[in-house]
Amino acid sequence: MIASFRSGTRPRALSLLPAVTLAAAVLMAPLAAKATTIQRVVSPGGIEAWLVQDPSVPLIAFDFSFRGGANQDPVDKPGVATMATSLLDEGAGDLDSKSFHERAETKAIQLGFSVNRDQTSGSVRTLSANQDEAFELLRLAVTSPHFDAVDMERIRDQVLSGLRRETTSPNDLASRRWWSTAFPGHAYGRPVRGTLESIPTITVADLRDYMRRVFARDTLKIAIVGDIDAATAGKFIDKVFGSLPAKADLSDVPVMLPQGLGQKISIDLDVPQSVLILGGLGIARSDPDFMAAFVVNHVLGGGSFSSRLYREVREVRGLAYSVFSTLVPLEHAALFMTGTATRADRTGQTLDVLQSEIRRLAEEGPTEEELAKSKSFLTGSYALSFDTSSKIAAQLVQIQREGLGIDYIDKRNSLVQAVTMADVKRVARRLLDAGMLVTVVGRPQVVPAKGG
Amino acid sequence: MMRFGSPRRRGPSPTWAHPSGQRTRGFRSLSLRRPQLAVRRFCSAAFCALGAVAIASMVMTWVMACGPAKAEGPQISHFTLDNGLEVVVIPDHRTPVVTHMIWYRVGSADEQAGKSGLAHFLEHLMFKGTDKNPQGRFSQTLATIGGQENAFTTADYTGYFQRIAREYLPTVMEFEADRMTGLVLNDDNVLPERDVVLEEYNMRVANSPEARLGEQVAASLYLNHPYGRPVIGWRPELEKLNREDALNFYKRFYTPNNAVVVIAGDVTGAEVKALAEKTYGKVARRTEIGPRLRPQEPPPVAVRQVTLADPRVAQPSLQRSYLVPSNATAKTGQAEALEVLSHVLGGGETSRLYRSLVIEQHLATNAGGYYQGTALDETRFGVYASPLPGVSFPTLEAALDAVIAEVAEHGITAEELERAKTRLIADAVYAQDNQATMARWYGAALTTGATVEQVASWPGRLHAVTSDAVRDAAREWLDKRRSVTGYLIKELPSTEKRS
Repeated sequence: MIASFRSGTRPRALSLLPAVTLAAAVLMAPLAAKATTIQRVVSPGGIEAWLVQDPSVPLIAFDFSFRGGANQDPVDKPGVATMATSLLDEGAGDLDSKSFHERAETKAIQLGFSVNRDQTSGSVRTLSANQDEAFELLRLAVTSPHFDAVDMERIRDQVLSGLRRETTSPNDLASRRWWSTAFPGHAYGRPVRGTLESIPTITVADLRDYMRRVFARDTLKIAIVGDIDAATAGKFIDKVFGSLPAKADLSDVPVMLPQGLGQKISIDLDVPQSVLILGGLGIARSDPDFMAAFVVNHVLGGGSFSSRLYREVREVRGLAYSVFSTLVPLEHAALFMTGTATRADRTGQTLDVLQSEIRRLAEEGPTEEELAKSKSFLTGSYALSFDTSSKIAAQLVQIQREGLGIDYIDKRNSLVQAVTMADVKRVARRLLDAGMLVTVVGRPQVVPAKGG
Repeated sequence: MMRFGSPRRRGPSPTWAHPSGQRTRGFRSLSLRRPQLAVRRFCSAAFCALGAVAIASMVMTWVMACGPAKAEGPQISHFTLDNGLEVVVIPDHRTPVVTHMIWYRVGSADEQAGKSGLAHFLEHLMFKGTDKNPQGRFSQTLATIGGQENAFTTADYTGYFQRIAREYLPTVMEFEADRMTGLVLNDDNVLPERDVVLEEYNMRVANSPEARLGEQVAASLYLNHPYGRPVIGWRPELEKLNREDALNFYKRFYTPNNAVVVIAGDVTGAEVKALAEKTYGKVARRTEIGPRLRPQEPPPVAVRQVTLADPRVAQPSLQRSYLVPSNATAKTGQAEALEVLSHVLGGGETSRLYRSLVIEQHLATNAGGYYQGTALDETRFGVYASPLPGVSFPTLEAALDAVIAEVAEHGITAEELERAKTRLIADAVYAQDNQATMARWYGAALTTGATVEQVASWPGRLHAVTSDAVRDAAREWLDKRRSVTGYLIKELPSTEKRS
């Protein structure tokens, strides 16, 4: 299951491609400065996929996703998408749960399904020698899951067990309260994994309805990497997805701004270390300023170990082990989030440092040196996202979902390079100056008595 | 567990995650200096890395098992410099990227009593700079060129790594060679870092009842061996560690003749050899390293049980560890049989524990097992289960015992044996897709007593495992008198039960 905080995948409307029906490559783009190319494959049945054919390791990595995830759960039944995807490999077609798992394991085939707020995803990893069996199992899971009562009850028990653990987990409590406060009455305010109240009420009909509405060809994005050619890939794609409905039937999810900015909510939990989550307005993936925001986030608390938050919170003051910031551009809301965890008596100080660093960056922007270093890091590290088949497949699905184009990998570093100081100053203010909603879970701070 | 996703990359699926998906068993958990965001999906970074250790021994030469058709698997180079530094090179030319790792043959089990947590604390301090490259210039450089870096500590080894575009390999080798002996520490950077480690302790252990129980189980299993100490340290000792402790430990263990450099990616053995001689080759040995002799476990005789109660336990669970041979201590064939046994007993939905306890008897929401073969001294075989509401521990445990007894009595079926072998050997092929995984496997093996040749012969040895050997392994090692069972509950009964 993709964790609720995860934002690696952001569905965007994809402009329609020309209706090419060749079962072969129509466009090639170089991949990460290597001879590898991405082929756009259209199956005989008309389903598009991006393929990187690479016979050097006898494996296939196959990733796909549909638009619509937990945001398609019925209002009173959060957790339907989670339950359904958890059950796809628990019996399908002519195989019961036991046979299904044994068939996969006999050939060391790895199948996985997951759901996040905006999408439903799946992946297959197989030795190329076992490709027939792997795609047959995938076909069964995607088109004819059983949802047998006994399997449903088992998965329900497992989801409930996880939810019981969450009731005393500071990270989960902080996260859940943040989302429910920021998005009252909206799909994003409901927990992806459901609640202790909703999970027991979910029926087979709910699962089937979710699948009927979400599993459709028009929102499907596919990436294939490894030891397989375009014609074979096209054949398998039709076999797996060809019988799905042409069009998804998604319920409408309105665009919404996060609420409660400027508020701080404290939840009392007896743990030695308090968890803090801050979130505010972000920038949409399609916004022309997205790349500048990406750079601003990197300066503040992004990937490297030289970010401002890393330095000020961790290195200089020893307040925390982990501190992060991230852009979360969902399909129907754009967010910016940051967070850390620190011992109870330093919670106030840590929150002050976070907020003052955010304010300082909003007001002053980064230095010339920070800007240059960030751009250098972000461009230099891009190739690290492409050194395994699995990573390439994941990237290609995401790029398709975001509608960035098959030549995006080529263009991406020049987009980062093009960000100017004026851009980052403008965007830093836009991103960081709007206030944030804060949730803190831990013991109430021991404040020196001052007015009670 | 934190759930903070990186926005730009979907986390790579952790193919090296522990097959059981088991979480936070404190034992020898790898304590990464910095949280790795990408792998948080299934487990703490610590445990994923440990997963790599658990399967590290089954490495390579998949060719033997999977047929020759394509790619002979990487052509591994292995050589030793004059100063005693070992180097392993694992070519993967698909992407112009390199993973550079240095592994020191020292971990928490090599600490002196009373200084628990020191190996890991030093790992954090290794980022503070040297005479030649003061104030984190190494990290600053990586932050500029777009390199990723991190480090980890276990009971048996301490490792540091960088992932970079291939042209920067000489640069990182230069930096890493420099900090092998050039570390400079002062209280201004040591003391805040100790607070950082205490926050890491809070995050991994204090905030997690399961991890706290895991520490107690390990401490109860090892009566004499330092594997009973948590890698991160006992808090009261951790709080007192200082600059002098760290430097003494550093001078004693950080020397080229106590390290293995593993480089995987778009490089050749010849290139690396020239670079290694120019960089690491210039570092003089600064101490002689004797054999790693830790106090060993006496033969276990008592069935042990520990119970940890915490009001935050919303889902009770049971975990049991048996003291068993590791790859390094086992007689021929034993470790391989234990690996197969752990898979049949506890690896995933087709395993006996899962099928019996979760699916057939409806007693548990989850159940499984694992074997940590990669260890220098006697290691552990673990089983675990989480009861459904209303199921008592005695009921759950009786069912678990019956599953183990059945295997000890009758062995496993031919189908189970084949499935386990297929899966374990295929893991070695999947690993070839990930240069960092390959580097981890070799590094872990070579710092826990294995040779490159042993790593290479693993699939063949796995092939030789018989059903009888698996039955015998269960009989001999999964004896309750060799075990500690830990119970995680919400509250202790008001009057303590004595039965």
